[in-house]
Formats: sequence, C-alpha cells, structure tokens
Amino acid sequence: MDVGPGDRVAISLTVNGVQRDVEVETRRLLSDALRHDLGLTGTHVGCEHGVCGCCTVLVDDRPVRSCLMFAVQAAGHEVKTVEGLAGPDGELSPLQQAFKEHHGLQCGFCTPGFLMLASTFYERAGEMSDKEIREALGGQLCRCTGYVGIVNAVRAAGKSA
Amino acid sequence: MTTRMFGERVERHEDDRLLRGQGRYTDDFEADAAHAAFVRSHHAHARIVDIDVTGALDVDGVYAVYTYDDLDGKFAEPLPLIIPHEAIADGRTQYALARDEVRYVGETIAMIVARDRYIAEDAADAIVVQYEPLPVVADIEVAAAPGAPVVHTGRADNVIARVAEEHGDADAGFAKAAHTFEWRFDIERSAATPLEGRGVVARFGEDGSLLVHDSTQAPTGIRNGLSRLFDLDLDRVNVVAPDVGGGFGVKVIQFYPEEVMVPLAARRLGMAVKWTEDRREHFIGSTHERKQVHHVRVGADEEGRILALETSFLHDSGAYCPYGLIIPIISAAQLPGPYRLDNYRYDFTALFTNCVATSPYRGAGRPHGAFVMERVMDRLAVELKLDRAEIRRRNLIQPDEFPYDVGVTFQDGGPTVYDSGDYPMGLARLLEEADYEGFEKRRRSAKRKGRRIGLGIAAYVEGTGIGPYEGAAVNVQVDGTVTVATGLSSQGQGHQTIFAQIVADQLGVPVDRIRVRTGDTRGFGWGVGTFASRTAVVSGNAVHKAAVAVRAQAAELAARVLEADPEDIEFEDGRVGVVGSPAQGLPIGQLAAIANPLRYAFGEESAEAALYTRRVYASQEVPLPDGTTPGLNATEYYSPASGVFGFGMHAAEVEVDLATCEVRILRYTVGHDCGRVINPIIVEGQMYGGVAQGIGGALYERMAYDEDGQLLNASFMDFLMPYATELPEPALFHTETPSPNNALGVKGVGEAGTIPVAAAIANAISDAIGRPIDKMPISPSELFDLIHAA
Amino acid sequence: MKPPPFAYHRPESREAVDRLLAELGDEAKILAGGQSLIPILNMRLSSPAHLIDINGLAGEAREPVHDDGAVRFGPLVRHADAEHGAHPLLDAAMEFVGHPAIRSRGTVVGSVAHADPAAELPAALLALAGEVRLRCANGSRTLSAHEFFVGALENACGGDEWVEEVSIPTAEEGTGYAVEEFARRHGDYAICGVMAAARTDSVRLVHFGIASLPIVTDVSADDDVRARVREALTDVEVADDLHGTERYRRHLAEVLGERAAARAAVRAV
Repeated sequence: MDVGPGDRVAISLTVNGVQRDVEVETRRLLSDALRHDLGLTGTHVGCEHGVCGCCTVLVDDRPVRSCLMFAVQAAGHEVKTVEGLAGPDGELSPLQQAFKEHHGLQCGFCTPGFLMLASTFYERAGEMSDKEIREALGGQLCRCTGYVGIVNAVRAAGKSA
Repeated sequence: MTTRMFGERVERHEDDRLLRGQGRYTDDFEADAAHAAFVRSHHAHARIVDIDVTGALDVDGVYAVYTYDDLDGKFAEPLPLIIPHEAIADGRTQYALARDEVRYVGETIAMIVARDRYIAEDAADAIVVQYEPLPVVADIEVAAAPGAPVVHTGRADNVIARVAEEHGDADAGFAKAAHTFEWRFDIERSAATPLEGRGVVARFGEDGSLLVHDSTQAPTGIRNGLSRLFDLDLDRVNVVAPDVGGGFGVKVIQFYPEEVMVPLAARRLGMAVKWTEDRREHFIGSTHERKQVHHVRVGADEEGRILALETSFLHDSGAYCPYGLIIPIISAAQLPGPYRLDNYRYDFTALFTNCVATSPYRGAGRPHGAFVMERVMDRLAVELKLDRAEIRRRNLIQPDEFPYDVGVTFQDGGPTVYDSGDYPMGLARLLEEADYEGFEKRRRSAKRKGRRIGLGIAAYVEGTGIGPYEGAAVNVQVDGTVTVATGLSSQGQGHQTIFAQIVADQLGVPVDRIRVRTGDTRGFGWGVGTFASRTAVVSGNAVHKAAVAVRAQAAELAARVLEADPEDIEFEDGRVGVVGSPAQGLPIGQLAAIANPLRYAFGEESAEAALYTRRVYASQEVPLPDGTTPGLNATEYYSPASGVFGFGMHAAEVEVDLATCEVRILRYTVGHDCGRVINPIIVEGQMYGGVAQGIGGALYERMAYDEDGQLLNASFMDFLMPYATELPEPALFHTETPSPNNALGVKGVGEAGTIPVAAAIANAISDAIGRPIDKMPISPSELFDLIHAA
Repeated sequence: MKPPPFAYHRPESREAVDRLLAELGDEAKILAGGQSLIPILNMRLSSPAHLIDINGLAGEAREPVHDDGAVRFGPLVRHADAEHGAHPLLDAAMEFVGHPAIRSRGTVVGSVAHADPAAELPAALLALAGEVRLRCANGSRTLSAHEFFVGALENACGGDEWVEEVSIPTAEEGTGYAVEEFARRHGDYAICGVMAAARTDSVRLVHFGIASLPIVTDVSADDDVRARVREALTDVEVADDLHGTERYRRHLAEVLGERAAARAAVRAV
C-alpha cells in the first residue's frame, strides 16, 4: 500500500464482531476512527501520548492504546471496545457488574479503558495479590476513585468467575 | 417521616450507562460540527508584532481564521473578572484572543475552524506569529521584589491586591509567649488535571437561539454570561453540562476564551463548532493552583498552647486574576483549622506572574492553610518536646464552644463561624484507628531492621455548602415515577443517586423510579455551580425542600380524595394511603393524574382524573382550589445563611528508603465528619479520590516552570499523576456531627480527602528522618538533597 | 495533538523496505510498534514526510528464535511475545518496560533502534554483548551493541539502513542476571537503572537513565562495586533534570549498581 499525504484509503476491520468499512486518512488515529468515523464514542481520549490508558481497546484480544495506532493499521484485525462487553440480551458482563457493585467508577471517563484492560485478566484476579492486581492495572490513570473501587471490582469479578 | 434511603448504600444510577460506554461527554455530541484549534503563545511574555495567517487560509478544509482584529463589541473586551473584591484596584483578565501582548505560554492568539481537528492543527502550524520577547517573571518572590519585570505593561508592579486582617491582638499574644518561632512554608504550583479535558460545542438554531454543550461545572453561569455577551434573552440560550469527565475545580466558569470563541464562530459561520481540548492544551490553557509562600511567626506558652500566630504570604495568581482573591482568602480563613487561635493575624499579597492563571482546585486554598497550621503544630511539638497529638489536643476548640467564630472573613464575605464539630473526639478516634499508641514500638522494630518509618497527623476544618443558592424541581409523573431537575451539574459525584434518595424518603417512591437530571438549563435554568463542596448541602436541601412541598401537596390532595386527615396520609412503595387502613390508598401516579383536574382523559390514569373533576363539581367544590397548582410538582430554592463546616483528621505512616529516598506509604488512615451522610458509598468514593489527589500533591505533582516561564513538564510523561501501583488503600472512618444550619444536617465532603494530605505526609517524613519538611511536593531527589545537605 | 500528514507505505517484504529507504532516505521513518514514534508525531515534535509501516511484512517470526547459541529477534517480535523465556535477563527487564498495552505493540527491535538512553532493552543488549544486524538495498552488516548506540536517540544506521534483527547469546551455565530500576511510577522510564550480567568472578553492569548513553562497567568479584561505579562515571555527563539532580543520580547509580551486582552474583552459582 502506498498512500499520499492527505489521501484517504478504504479499510475494513472487525469491531465487536461486526465488519465495518470506513474511509480514513492514513494519519487518522484508531481512537478517532472508532469515535468519529464509526460512532463508537465509548472509547475515550485523555492524552494522545500513551500514558493515561483511557483509549485502551483490544486488538486481536490484546490491550492496545488506540491513540498510538493508526486506523489503517487495524485493517483486517479484530477490535473490541467497551460497547461490545455487555451480553447479547444487554446484560452487563460480570466485570461491568462488579464495577457497579464496588463503586469502581465516578465520572466514567477512564472506565472503558479499565474495563477493556481488565477483561484480559480479571478471571485470574481472584488468586492475584493486591499488588499483582494493581500492577496488571498499571498504566491506566483514574483521577476520581483513587483506584480503590476499581481494584475491589476486578478482584470481585475474578472471585465470582 | 422515617429516614429510609438517606444514609443507605444505594448503588449509583449513573453507572449502567457509563459502564456500557453510553456516557455522552462533550466531544461525543454534534458529530458533524466543524472543529476548532488555537494558536497559543510560545513565549511567556512578548509583544505580538505580527500575525500572518495567509498560510492557514491556504490549507484545504479551513473555514475561518480569527485573531483579535476580528473581534468587535463586547467580544473585544477582556473576559470577566468573575469574583471582584474591594482590595483589587486594577485587576486584569485576558482577552479571548490576545491583543498586542501575551503574558503566559499557552495564551490564545488565533483560532482556526476547519473540517476536522487534524486540518485545524495543520492550519495552526502554518500561522506565523512574530514576537518581540519581553522580560519574564515566573516566580512570585521575584515578582514581589522591587524592580521586578512587570507582567502587565503599564502597571506599577505585579501586586493584584494586599489583604490583611487580625483577630484579637497578635502583638500582645507574642509578648506573652514563652517561645516564639519563625518558619517558612512553600506549596508548589499544581493542577487538577481531570482525565477529560475541557470542551465546548455550540450551535445556533435557525431562530437565533443558542445551544451549547460545555464540559463545565457551572452551566447556569455560562448561560448567564453568554446571554449577556450575545444579547440574547436568557430563555434563548441553553447550556448543557453533559457527562463530564472530572472537574475538581478547573472547569468552573472563567470564562475561558474558548467558551466565548466557539459560540462566536458558530454564529459567524452558521454551523455547529466544536473545540475539544487536548492534553498539551490543558497543561498550558486550563488553570493551575496551589503556589503560595508563607512566612509564619508563632508564639506559644510552655504547655504548647498557641498564644499568637501570624502569617504573611505570597499568592501566585498567574498572568491574570479572573477568580479574584478567593484562594488566598480561603487559605487565610481556614488556616486556623480546628484550633483556638485567639490572636491571629494574616496578610497576603496576590501577585501576577508570567504563568497560567490560577483558580480553585480541590481544596481551593485549604490545603495551603492546613499545610502551614499542621507543620507548625509538629514543629512546635519538636521544639517544645511535646507529643504531637497532645499539643494538638491542648489547642483544639472544644465541643461546647459552637458556634465558634474564627474572627476573620470567609470567602462568601461573611464571618467564618463554625456551626458544629467535635474535634477532640475526632482526634481520639483517629489515634485509635491509626494505632498511634503502638507506633513507637513499630518504629523501634523497623529501626532494628535498618528501616526508617515515621507517623504524621494532620487536621483540618472545611467550610462547605456556601451560597448564594441552588434550586430544584420535583415532579411526580402519572406513571408513578418522579423526575428531579437541578441547575447544578455533576462530574462523577453521584448526584443523580443522592438526590433520588432524598426524594425517595419524602414520597415513598423506590429510588430506581426517580430520575434526576442535572446540569441542563433546559431542565432547570437557575443555579450557581458545583464547587466548594456545596452540592449535597445546597442542592440537597433545595431538593429536600421541593420534595417536602410535593409531599404536602400530595397529602392535601390525598386527604380530599380519600376523605381523611392530611396528617394520617402515608407514602410507601409508590402508594399513597391512610395510616391504619391498608385497603384505602392509590398509586402516587394516579394521585398525580388527579392533581391535574381534567376534562379530557388521555389514557387509563387520567380517566380517574376526569371522573374526579366531575365528582368535585358534583360536591360543589372547585377542582383547583386557591393556592394550588396543577400536578404534583414544586420548585424550591435553598439559600444558606452561611457555610457549614466539616472537619477531619488524617494519619500517614510512611517509610523513607534511606538508599533511594523514596517515600512509601505504609498505612493511611482517614477520619472525616461531614455531618449526616446521604450515601456512604458516594462519600467513601470522594474520600478515596480526594486522598489520591492529595498524595499526588504531596509526592508527585508539580507544575515546573523555568525562569523563562516555560512549562517544563506539559505532558503526562513528566507531570506525574500516580497510578494504582503508587497508591495505598486508605482506612476510612467517619463520624457525624450534624449541622444545625440546614434541614438535612449535612455538610459537604467533596474536597475533604485532599485537604490535609500534604501536611500529614510532610509530618510523617519529618518524623521519619528527624528533619523538617516544609515544602510540598517533595520528590526522592529533593529529599536526598535535604538529607545530605551540609 | 493530531499527527501531521505523511505519505504512508506498507511494504510486504524486507526488500521492499530496502527499496523505499534507498529512494527516500532520511525523509522516511520506520513505523513498527509505534509506541515511541506515534506520541512524537501526535505532539508534532517530528514531521517525517514518509512513514514506512513494517507491520505488514510477510512471513516474519512473531517469537524469538533460539538457534546456534543465540536468541534472535526479528522486526515484528513484540515485547509481549518476548516477555517470558527468551533469556533470564530479558524476563527480568521486561517487567519494567512500559505497561501491558505498550508491550502489546512495541517491538524488541524497535526499542533497540530507538536507542533511548533511559530504556531497558538497549541496556540489556549491551549487558549481554548482543548484536544488531542492519540492512539496506546493498546488503547487511552486523554491529555490536556498543557500536550501534551512538548517542541519545541516535543509532549507527545510515540514511538508507534499518534494523532487521537483534540477537543475544543464549544464557550460559554459571551466569546470573539482575535488573534494578528506580522510576517514580511503575512502568516509567528509569531515573536510574542497572542491568547486571554476572559470571562467578565478574559482573558486567550497564547503567541506563542517567546519561546520553548507557554506561558499561566491568567489575570483578573482589572489587568495591560502588567505588568502581563512581570511577566509571567520573567523566560522564550525568543528567540533571526535573526528576533527579546529577548528584542524586550518581548516588542511585552506586546504590543500585551494588544491589544489582550482588543479586546477579548470587544467581551466577
């Protein structure tokens, strides 16, 4: 592929199990493509330099900062966002439910990033120490909760998994 | 009335939506809006010689470029100084786009509106600004010195105002003191940094009305300002604070330049315009706080009782002073904390510097005051060889001394009078919960293993719930649900849950059948804003008043319908009935329908209402008696006579790693008292979050300006906010000394977690290493320098 | 903070990369993991006219390859796939490399090529006397780690060269490894870090985060480690910034150097 600056290219990617086709400039960040080209505003943008983790999504089941990836790089890959966490009947996932029960969110801005990251390991969290859980959640900033509710939620979700 | 929901751990209403990614923050609105970007000054102080925008106009997709020359009328005037004060003779605020001179790195110079943000930034890069650099002063001590470079050319100096006040007779107190000490304390510049930056989206309707979505803490204030600015009647302007990703003070009305420019561009271009602040902009375009330098003199007797305390401090306002003198006034008024200072004198000088302007950030001046007072207590204890808890005990205001007049002016202009509190009890509880008694043993045991630990305590009193007022509208719907609307808005504090709890108690409707709408002037147009820990107190009491009024209406009507006494009407589980007669009664929704006497029914619920009308006339009465209004609804306002004062005490147990000088928090105990608690879950969340910001401010977070006014750490890589790996889980306990000053007995708690943290940690570190820590934050490198100083 | 425009190329073979670099030279930057490059672009600290996205190279190994006494990392081996089992020193070092989301995308080769003096992998490569293979349209050449790192964020690649492989010798019997790192937050770049590779009679220490290049110090078993480190740093310009003064970093260098040497030596039995 060779694309000139400012030119748009058509790409196809799978988002939450559904194929989505979109036309983007090559410099379009995945975070912006998800939010504005695909209307999935659940993924949030906090810093655009990879430190806060608000934009975390899964690409091929791995946590990725969507502000540090171009949309064109996700072509042909599977992306999962917070909108895809709830069940087919709309029931909250065990992880989401745990956040609700343990006051794991306040303003909700960092929450989708935490949910997506936690979704990759929460099932083991029941056996993880507090330190291990905090390290696994490292790299995600929250300014409201002091992380207490988040850690409790992830641990509880793990215990009930 | 039985209090069932008040005080209960009710799960938040807000969460379901937010957990699904269905929150709607300002950038999520108006997908088709044009996007704005700004050119901001690279220089801390410079004259603008020329702005060449031709390059920007050539960029494909650019719709408009504006500079100061494009502003006219009111838009060409400086932005408002929103809290004036008599002591400010010649205050200064910035223009929406810089006129002739820039005074801080980040000041807005030009605005571009384009098809998308990428293009807008390309255009911004193509704009060439020619500057003539002017002398810079970035430090307040330099700014205060004679002959300093002047931030505002034409002014004699950098002094915004000097305020001084005295309670009692400080000189007489010093004369009697057995010991007098002079100390200096520094608090460094920091900032709120919520994870969602600021943002504004504006659209003018075809009828010339204006709708703005703004990530603000004061939509009603923004609306008031925009109405005046655009010469529109208030009801033709609506401002919505949708989901807001954190505020912590930085998003309270300023106006920020963007809040004026975005609607202006929307009007001129005839299209929706959106500006979403990015992180770099937030560092240099949204306000900072915290910087003060205190010179303190304290006189004490042999027993450690303070006979006189005096502080002379400098306050850093940054390049402008839109928020007036609120922060230093609060620092001065709240510095005494829970202690009896019969002779207290302060003076402060608020100064301009070539840095971002400052405005309140969680604590808003109280962390500064607490830092000074609590370090003084510990230093006195060390000097007089007294136990640090005991010296505090000797100085605490006693429970029988309320209401207690501190003797100085509070931020609302009235006196600082504490309504209630039990400080000795709070201290005793803290010492117990933190196992203060066992600490020396822990210290010795650690020392044997080569470890250095320390324990620090810190207390505070927090003025909360100030006026002028808030309002609420409560409306029972015919389906039995209840809607509540307030003018005040939310940034994650769970308002939609706590207000529902208050209403549930009055109307007996289950909490999940009560829908609360905050921060939308279309739902409720009057109010002030979310700041100063005032929501539970002021909005809470307004909601309570409105719910009480609705209950009275409902009881009155039910009494007529059920042929009973209004005193015998009870509300439970969504039904309205007569005490002792379970068979009588009706769903509250039906009562609401009847409350709107109808001729024309529109469904099953209202059929009863229409029939009721006929029955009323048959009894030769009037369907809507004098003094009643249709439906079950009420709008009420609450205007407090004064603030109400919560308090708290923290204990930090830390370890200082002597090799790396890293500080590890081993144990952090929080005791707080916010009067009666509406929802313990919400309060705990506020405490955990507040403590986290406090720890950030004690050990990590500092806005580092160099001498040229360049912000060295304008990114999350270098402005360090702690992750989960850096923070402990504090142990919390709360006590309740209700406020006698409002019907709910509540006090605010939003800022409580943050206020004494820097003080507690500084005290703990000092205790660990045996040297005073009088500046915050402190990094390992700075601690190393201190420990290894000659 | 949106990136400036660039021409974008997604070659499918190493030869195609060679051809692009031959044509574009220093107008082009290679995009691998992007975890260092994209923040730079978002902040508009750099505006390369061309980006060569190598994530589409066909047939590249996704995991480290063990052969012939060496462990080899091709250009698309992500940190996340090299975290466990490649080499004991890397197992320890990877814990400090960013966070899980960074490690999902960042590559071993990319981190080495980026040559950040505060990063873990370049220092680990020096500690292990690893090698870097550069290539261009005219062929390839192998440099030692020492030859490859030229300055802060500067490597020895010519304008048309790129790194196609990084290799380290397989861990031997009788060697021990340790990493010490001091950072303000978990996952941050080091204010001072040390890689230690020990044999029974000596330890190689590589200090990173304190100067514009990592500093390699060889210490023998009976040396006073702190004194040797002090000596090695005598003529080094040690960083002095917001996060640490020079004096503090020198102090950390000694403290952490001693700790790392001791821990590695214990494992070298």
